[in-house]
Amino acid sequence: MRINYPGTIRIVRLPCTGKVDIIHILRAFEKGADGVYVVGCLEGECRFENGNLQARKRVDQAKKILDTIGIGGERVWMYNLSSSDGPRFAEYAVEMTEKIKELGPNPLKKAKEKMAA
Amino acid sequence: MIVAEKKPIEEIIDYVKDFQKLLIAGCNECVTVCEAGGKKEVGILASALRMYFMNEGKKVEIDEVTLERQCDHEYLEEIRDRIDQYDAVLSLACGVGVQFMAEKYFSTPVFPGVNTCFMGAAEERGVWSERCQGCGQCILGKTAGICPISRCAKRLLNGPCGGSTKGKCEINKDLDCAWQLIIDRLKELDRFDEYEQIMPIKDWSTERAGGPRKVVREDVRL
Ligand code: SF4
Ligand code: SF4
Repeated sequence: MRINYPGTIRIVRLPCTGKVDIIHILRAFEKGADGVYVVGCLEGECRFENGNLQARKRVDQAKKILDTIGIGGERVWMYNLSSSDGPRFAEYAVEMTEKIKELGPNPLKKAKEKMAA
Repeated sequence: MIVAEKKPIEEIIDYVKDFQKLLIAGCNECVTVCEAGGKKEVGILASALRMYFMNEGKKVEIDEVTLERQCDHEYLEEIRDRIDQYDAVLSLACGVGVQFMAEKYFSTPVFPGVNTCFMGAAEERGVWSERCQGCGQCILGKTAGICPISRCAKRLLNGPCGGSTKGKCEINKDLDCAWQLIIDRLKELDRFDEYEQIMPIKDWSTERAGGPRKVVREDVRL
């Protein structure tokens, strides 16, 4: 199955989304990412029981922090799919890309440019 | 352990917004275990603050350190050689650590990054509850190992009060009545006759009501 998804997405593989921590999400933004989304297994289908539920909580916490500091919590999302569902993976990638395009680039990029000028 | 909660980032920003170089100092003990002020929380806060200031167009340098403890000279001394580089320290230790830091580094502003709540136990992941108020005269030996000073809303020594209903405290129906717990456990231990003994008035002078306290142990002093 060859499915295309937007090339602007960089994939970070993890053994389980339960490994995702708030700091990983924040660091991505610190390094200039425009958006971050976590793709986990369907809720109730985590091999480690609650990894994807933990991930969702961390995504929510990261959202809150990003809202507070003015970067925007809507740049972080959690998606769930069945691990064999390639088409859905591509769909989410497109959806996320659209969302981020609408929001525009990470505001830190502009801030950095301004500070350098 | 000493249980603490993270302060809202807004409040922290308000404390530190006028400084150019900050040190965020975590503590490896209680606040690490209750996930409020350990290395992980230091990292998250540092990252959030860096982004906040950058977005505001402010150049603020933020360093991170997590000390073994902030309530002991030897670990706090570890940052002596670099403390002068910083305009302020944000300590994620409990109130004890924050104060010890402030005492030691007298000319450096020190701010708290957590709200220190109580001495308690981890009931389950993410749930902590109070168990001791450091009254200085422990009576657990007479109360079946359940502390009425910290767990009874009225700190009764001869409870329960009339508000105890179906094992719950009158101030909150989700809160166990400490005296019900004491009675249940005394029965379990086959020591219910002890319940009939009236407990004398407690000497509260060893508690916080007697003023700030100090323990001096000549046997271990150098
Ligand atoms: S009786 Fe006093 S020392 Fe003992 S657990 Fe209760 S508050 Fe703490
Ligand atoms: S109901 Fe029980 S815990 Fe609550 S105040 Fe009365 S004796 Fe204390």
